[in-house]
Amino acid sequence: MPERIWIYIAVMALVTYLIRMLPLVLLRKEIKNRTLRSFLYYVPYVTLTVMTFPAILTATGDLRTGAAGLLTALLLSWKKQSLPVVAFVSCAVVFVTDLILGCF
Amino acid sequence: MEMKRSTQFKEGLRDGIPIGLGYLAVSFTLGIQCREAGLSALEATVMSLVNLTSAGEFAALTIIKAASSYLELAISQLIINLRYMLMSFALSQKVDPKLGVGHRLGISYGVTDEIFGISVGRKGRLSPFYSYGAIAVAVPGWTLGTLLGVVMGNVLPDRLVSALSLALYGMFLAIIMPKAREDKHVALVCLVAVAASCLCTYLPVVRDISGGTRIIILTIVLSLIAALIWPVSEESGTEKDRDAAKIKAEESGEEESNA
Repeated sequence: MPERIWIYIAVMALVTYLIRMLPLVLLRKEIKNRTLRSFLYYVPYVTLTVMTFPAILTATGDLRTGAAGLLTALLLSWKKQSLPVVAFVSCAVVFVTDLILGCF
Repeated sequence: MEMKRSTQFKEGLRDGIPIGLGYLAVSFTLGIQCREAGLSALEATVMSLVNLTSAGEFAALTIIKAASSYLELAISQLIINLRYMLMSFALSQKVDPKLGVGHRLGISYGVTDEIFGISVGRKGRLSPFYSYGAIAVAVPGWTLGTLLGVVMGNVLPDRLVSALSLALYGMFLAIIMPKAREDKHVALVCLVAVAASCLCTYLPVVRDISGGTRIIILTIVLSLIAALIWPVSEESGTEKDRDAAKIKAEESGEEESNA
């Protein structure tokens, strides 16, 4: 079993590194195609959005605390607060909401 | 150029601090699950060090726990982490076209959602030394958090652990929202992405598609539609940033970066 775990780790590390490395190493020229450039401009924001929704609502296991965290994160990020502020204040709100709900 | 390397590295360190802290919290949850899957502290820590991927590692634990085949693990990683390929694709356009293979191999290791997020936010060309700076704080956060999760995960109350699981998504929103405020096309495509992602998660038939596949399909389809309707012109988006940075660099001799 321990050997198997190390092989699992090696396999996933290799696959993940190749995915990250190949485009950066093989694509050495600037893309001139406007549609392709525009596509790559939108990619990061769409990916992050799809990863966040609806997962953020179910992450805590309770829709109510998830919603409280989401609203907090939306408000703070709209106010252009930094990454750690948004992350930790949202967590704190989830924690407090959970405590309050636990009282009922 | 030689002079600016240390500045780039320092800025990477600075911007990497929130990421490292966020990772610490998220990987702590990962560490707890590693322990449940039967991994030792050393195995879990090495896994985080060499993979540096949240969704991929969480998915791998399910496969390791079930003792499934190596091929199945490889395919799951390929699908879940395929978004990194899109990100590397985008970064290949953000670095100096003359950047050597060594640096390309180096920054590839650090292509994560968050490091990518701050990298695309850089004005002008991306310096590999900026990436190294971010990697230098993000990676210790991710590996240390995993280790702590394995070693002392069961010490923390469940309530705290479940609250910490929101950290990652909070960070994602902190990357998306400022851009959405500044570019209404980004805002629109993100709103559509929210609706589409929720529909695909809950509607019959399409909900059977795995999370990783859903992310890839929606990213490609929606980004392509946005690119066709609102192509990035020379006057807007990345181009504007680049030109503004060039003018600013010429004026002051130093680049501004967003914190």
